[in-house]
Amino acid sequence: MLDLVIFLPLLAAALLAVPGVSARWVWLGATAVDLALVVAMWLGYDGGIGYETRLRWIPSVGAGYHVGVDGLSLPLIAMTAVLFLLCAVYSWRETRRPRSYAALFLFLQTVSIGLFAALDLLVFFVFFDLSIVGMYFVIAGWGHGDRARSALKFFLYTFLGSLALLLGFIGLYLGGGTFDMVELIAEPPVVPAVVLLAIGVGLAVKTPTVPFHTWLPPAHTDAPAAGSAILAGVLLKMGTYGFARIAMPMLPEAWRAYAWVIIAVGVASVLYGALVALAQDDLKRLIAYTSVNHMGYIVLALGAAGLAPGAGRARELAVSGAVTQMVSHGLITGALFLLTGVLWDRARSYDIGRYGGIAGTAPVFTAMVAVAAFASLGLPGLSGFIAEFQIFTGVIGAGAVVAGVLAILGILITAALLLRVFHRAFLGAPGELQVSDVRPRELMAVAPLLVLSLVIGLAPRWLLDLVEPFSAALVSLVSR
Amino acid sequence: MTGMAENPLDLLPELLILAGAVLGLLTGLFVPRERQGVVAWICAAALAGSLAATLAVIGRPDVMAFESFAVDLPTNVARLTVAATTLLVLPLARSWAPGDRRESEVYTLVMLAALGALVLAGADDLLVLVAAYLLASIPAYALTGFAKDAAGTEAALKYYLLGAFLGVLMLAGVTLVYGTAGVTAYPDLDRAAPGVAVVLLLAGLLVKAGGVPGHFWVPDAAEGASRPVAAFLTTVPKAGAFVALYRLAQDVFDQPMLPAVLAAVTMTLGNLAAFAQDNVRRLLAYSTVSQAGYLLVPVAMAGRGDLAEPALLFYVAAYAVTNLGAFAVVAAAGTDRLSGYAGLARRSPLLAFSLVVCLLGLVGTPPTAVFVGKVLVFAAAWQGGYAWLAVVAAVNTVASLFYYLRWIRPLYAEGEGEPVGNGWVACVCAAVSLVLGIASGAVLLIPSGGIN
Repeated sequence: MLDLVIFLPLLAAALLAVPGVSARWVWLGATAVDLALVVAMWLGYDGGIGYETRLRWIPSVGAGYHVGVDGLSLPLIAMTAVLFLLCAVYSWRETRRPRSYAALFLFLQTVSIGLFAALDLLVFFVFFDLSIVGMYFVIAGWGHGDRARSALKFFLYTFLGSLALLLGFIGLYLGGGTFDMVELIAEPPVVPAVVLLAIGVGLAVKTPTVPFHTWLPPAHTDAPAAGSAILAGVLLKMGTYGFARIAMPMLPEAWRAYAWVIIAVGVASVLYGALVALAQDDLKRLIAYTSVNHMGYIVLALGAAGLAPGAGRARELAVSGAVTQMVSHGLITGALFLLTGVLWDRARSYDIGRYGGIAGTAPVFTAMVAVAAFASLGLPGLSGFIAEFQIFTGVIGAGAVVAGVLAILGILITAALLLRVFHRAFLGAPGELQVSDVRPRELMAVAPLLVLSLVIGLAPRWLLDLVEPFSAALVSLVSR
Repeated sequence: MTGMAENPLDLLPELLILAGAVLGLLTGLFVPRERQGVVAWICAAALAGSLAATLAVIGRPDVMAFESFAVDLPTNVARLTVAATTLLVLPLARSWAPGDRRESEVYTLVMLAALGALVLAGADDLLVLVAAYLLASIPAYALTGFAKDAAGTEAALKYYLLGAFLGVLMLAGVTLVYGTAGVTAYPDLDRAAPGVAVVLLLAGLLVKAGGVPGHFWVPDAAEGASRPVAAFLTTVPKAGAFVALYRLAQDVFDQPMLPAVLAAVTMTLGNLAAFAQDNVRRLLAYSTVSQAGYLLVPVAMAGRGDLAEPALLFYVAAYAVTNLGAFAVVAAAGTDRLSGYAGLARRSPLLAFSLVVCLLGLVGTPPTAVFVGKVLVFAAAWQGGYAWLAVVAAVNTVASLFYYLRWIRPLYAEGEGEPVGNGWVACVCAAVSLVLGIASGAVLLIPSGGIN
């Protein structure tokens, strides 16, 4: 079943090669069926590694096609399936080479779900690299502005990261004799700490954390709206997912020894991302920098989980918060990027200063931006709060009080900058550019994301029940 | 080596290619000009026979034929790679050569050069190595200048001068080894060749392999020779040369530092030079130089861990088919300017997709074959205690992405260009590259199946 979930979009993409097939219907149909299958998987999941498949691929180096889901991967796979479905809805009226566009997104969906399900380092790497290739073509082919340059920068940077990651994986293989994640987690390989450095740099570029984030703003600004939503919502999670899936359980000693470095990187990302976002006039760049800020919370929480033993409950809380934040950020940032796509569609500009009084002409649009912005800054009742509250409690409880307090400052800055955007562009006198209200397909694409954020914010139990066993397991693995 | 033999059947794949060349030449003498294509079919049949003969013996115990030619896994992989890629070069040549009054000679020369590459790969004695070097080189010089135009003649002259000069150095190296050790058979040399001799020996083979410092001919030959010949020269002789280098590093000398440094220099230089190229054939030529650098890594690691041999053999095969695919696209598209590729995706989506697969394949993007090769190469370097070489190779891989993307980007841009020719060879290469990558596990299991 999991294999079908992974490869169904790819099959649909292959179907698009047949002339005469309606690209939008195939795209929508495949993503809808895929989401339905994921929901069924969620309902049928009963702990441990579920829906496992194991086939031999390169047995001479202990690599195989090994996939499965657990409390970390299942929420991310579900979030991925939701986001891709809504991108299909959002792009219903795409007129530029719609067939290739749909095929690329379906390809990216297979790659993303495959990555979150991978239980073999080489399979993980294959999907990791292919996500870069797919997104390169999305930005270069359907972006705007200086898209060729941004796409190239994106490809070069993240590819450099992926090769650092590959070297780290080879280090793990030479230390452990296999590429299989489950075996490597069961018996952590004895390797020098430089392996953690290689893997850490590789994942940090993808996440991205300060100082490896410079590819992110141009890539986001020049990507099409749906591409940005996938890039921020799904592709960034591949980095943080890798930390929790690979770096922490396979290199527990090194992770604990360098936990303070990771915490520092997290705090730096939180503060730097928020401060730079504050200085932006380009709405898309601004949201891109808030992503750096939000990813910083996750890195901070995962770093805190590697602090000295004791306070086990707090560290579990931090990990649960990190996983919730991955899901929550995917939903909220996906919504925010799709909403900025509306601005571009109407007025071909992201310049906050040229807008004004949008609330007057586009009340529904304004309301949706408001909900997404409040969710992004962590207002209680929305998913961001559940995530960030757990992260702060966990981080401070685990002993990193200063880091926790500094990170809370980040929330203040985020709140200030989102309110500033609201004041300048949405309230007040009408600006130079006019915005008409959302169309039905835009509403249908964004509203479910906000509803989901609200549901997680009000009743998070169904999600946390899935995540918490994983958090407990991860904390005990990293404490070995 | 498990046994000595003087059974000519051990050399059946080589003999078939030789027979194809001779028969093709004789047939070409007697058929009219417009029907010389039949020679291509004779050569193709010989190559297919050679492939079949190799597949029949692969996995058999190692044999030392005539005390100078090793029939083992590296030789068999080289046989498969050389025969398969030459078989794919023939249709490229077939669409170029007709009308030339020496058409049959093109096919014959290609066959002889391929035979030279094969003997190079299997040579287990320094004297056989020298003979193989000449057999692989002289037809290649003739092919380079075959069109008799200015660019081709210049390229042929450069290739010849460099090949002859460094070839003589190699001969001096052989003399030196023989003078000090008194033997020329690899097993008797016992990895004890003196340092000077090693430098000299490497010099000649690096010309065939297109590695620094023997790489100067590559861009000129790739640009000046006809497109099918450029595809052949940058693919087939390399397969033979790298297996030969590996044998030398494994049996004749034990100085990993020298090839390791050469590997680092070769990949870096090739990449740097490829950056600014606007001619795709020069770009590909420098890309082959950088690929030679990656291929030198397992050569340096020979005898240092069990990953070096599969890394080299898999990478050679993967590189050969991927590089050939890229050249086949150039042959089909019929233009050498980067700008000529604008809008190729509109004119021929399949050809453009093949090019994307081949170029990303050369970068080492999964799931293509070169990716698996690169993983093995990196792992071999790390395992052999040369982790810095793996890092250099990784950094170079990122750098190489830059110029491959320069070529990929125009494909999907707007643009008008000449109509493209038939690109089925490129599609076949791209497909093989993907299949070889996905089925790499099965391919890598062949040696262990042979030991059982």
